[in-house]
Amino acid sequence: MAATQEQLAYLIDMAAQMRLQIVRMMGPKKVHHFGGSLSATDIVTALYFYKMNYDPQNPTWPDRDRFVMSKGHSVPAQYAALALKGVIPLAELSTLKRLGSRLQGHPAMHHTPGIEACTGMLGEGLSFSNGLALAARIRGQDYRVYCLMGDGELQEGQVWEAAMTTPSRQLSSVTAILDRNRLKSQDDPNTAKIMDPMDRRWQSFGWVTREIDGHDMAQICDALDWATEPRTQPAMIIANTVKGKGVSFFEGQAKYHNAQITEEEFQRALAELSPAVVEKG
Amino acid sequence: MSPMTDTRMAYGEALAELGESNPDVVVLDADLYNSTRTVLFRDKFPKRFFDMGISEADMASTAAGLAAAGMTPFINSFAIFATSICYLPVRTQIAYPNLRVIVAGSSAGLTQGPDGASHQSLEDISLMRGLPNMTVIVPADALETRQAVFAAAECPGPVYLRLGRYPVPDLNAPDYQFKIGKAVTLRDGNQVTLFATGHMVTKAVEAHEILAQAGISARVVNVSTIKPLDEAAVLQLARETGLLFSVEEHSIIGGLGSALAEYLSGQANVPRLVRLGVRDEFGESGVAEELLVRHRLTGPLIAEDVQAAL
Repeated sequence: MAATQEQLAYLIDMAAQMRLQIVRMMGPKKVHHFGGSLSATDIVTALYFYKMNYDPQNPTWPDRDRFVMSKGHSVPAQYAALALKGVIPLAELSTLKRLGSRLQGHPAMHHTPGIEACTGMLGEGLSFSNGLALAARIRGQDYRVYCLMGDGELQEGQVWEAAMTTPSRQLSSVTAILDRNRLKSQDDPNTAKIMDPMDRRWQSFGWVTREIDGHDMAQICDALDWATEPRTQPAMIIANTVKGKGVSFFEGQAKYHNAQITEEEFQRALAELSPAVVEKG
Repeated sequence: MSPMTDTRMAYGEALAELGESNPDVVVLDADLYNSTRTVLFRDKFPKRFFDMGISEADMASTAAGLAAAGMTPFINSFAIFATSICYLPVRTQIAYPNLRVIVAGSSAGLTQGPDGASHQSLEDISLMRGLPNMTVIVPADALETRQAVFAAAECPGPVYLRLGRYPVPDLNAPDYQFKIGKAVTLRDGNQVTLFATGHMVTKAVEAHEILAQAGISARVVNVSTIKPLDEAAVLQLARETGLLFSVEEHSIIGGLGSALAEYLSGQANVPRLVRLGVRDEFGESGVAEELLVRHRLTGPLIAEDVQAAL
């Protein structure tokens, strides 16, 4: 199965809408995680609007595929997807991180419909995903679990405990995706710890890997289809991404990891993102 | 004298029994299944048992995933690892969303013995008690342990179950009914009340006998649920005697003594509370009995402290 040209056009348009929603919900003059949300946008779009078996009318359906946003600070990308899917109202997005909002600064499964895990403590999402997959095996369910991690997150030791568990239990229903934007909150992850070669690390742990451009929708869809082919080993998709993708002055800038932007920057960002939506939409 | 059993043994047997009636129960261990006695569950239900290896945090987060999908996981390790290494996932992935995961901390306290301070958890109750949604249970004997296992599996949220490897006699009558959040008077008395938990309930009962011979009437209350504290019972019992003691195999900071002090400090007309336990220090290698003497947590030494305070 491959995504058709028509599907790809739809997904590219959806990703543009996602980016606009993400920047809009964050707005100016408040501190938000712009960079990682925007680097993950195309991947999250492909999961919700192409790959996952998911019924927005019934987000607690026991057999749904699960998406675990392990890099929890990027949850605005998931909120945007849930809103565009109709799981939560679009109008609710503007309540992000406000007192009393269901849209917490980091994912909270008990607050927000469609959120599958409490993450934000980096490094815990893959273990959690393994648990979801083990439950499916015990109960004879066939849902799949997609876990998105950041490259900075991989410096947390628990990731590698989990990375040993998944192949050991042959949990190939788990797909890991790495949003490798090559910037953590301060700088390049390689400044603190050597992160390469990334593919061989995962391969040596028992995973199959594929490296893609995480902003090329055709490559993302192909990789997701490849990841779910029948095999005993779990798959890791290493998606090379650009932090802040879609807003020129955010791109590749660590300072927009968690930043407060001015009204003027906000308007410039909207101006860059809006034509993409109008053109395609 | 009834036969002596340690609570971890009773736990292992109860868990294997629970597995029969409750198909949602899954058990995870971190390379200690012989010590924690989850080996009994493993042998009966191999498909619902997962040895996660020496990866306690991974074990806790995996359990959260299992619970989110509707299972009832019990995670197992020594108390020190189950509460310290697992603390972050237990906090954020389990307690925060109020998932039913039972954290079973085995070989807790000084009576862990020869392994020394690194393995003697004296602050685990404190760590778990500070978490919203968390229930904290420290059973006193085999029967209570067994019932606590079954009760924990029905609790709507997470439970910390503190277990030990120190043999204790049966303290409760065969018809005893454990209830989460219920403190139970085991020995009556009208001069002093000893609130005790876990292994120390046995020691408090011994102290009661010794004090009785000296003409001192000491009540012994088993506070097996430290959170939620049985506040109504504690207040009533506290007002009936002139002096209160807490007795625990734990630091006097953050455990039963603290829980009582926090509650009673907000109440009028309550007597003084003396906290017995480990006085803000690390443990050390030794056999259980030696360590209990060193920290004045034996029946005779508790009785001595009570007499001194009266």
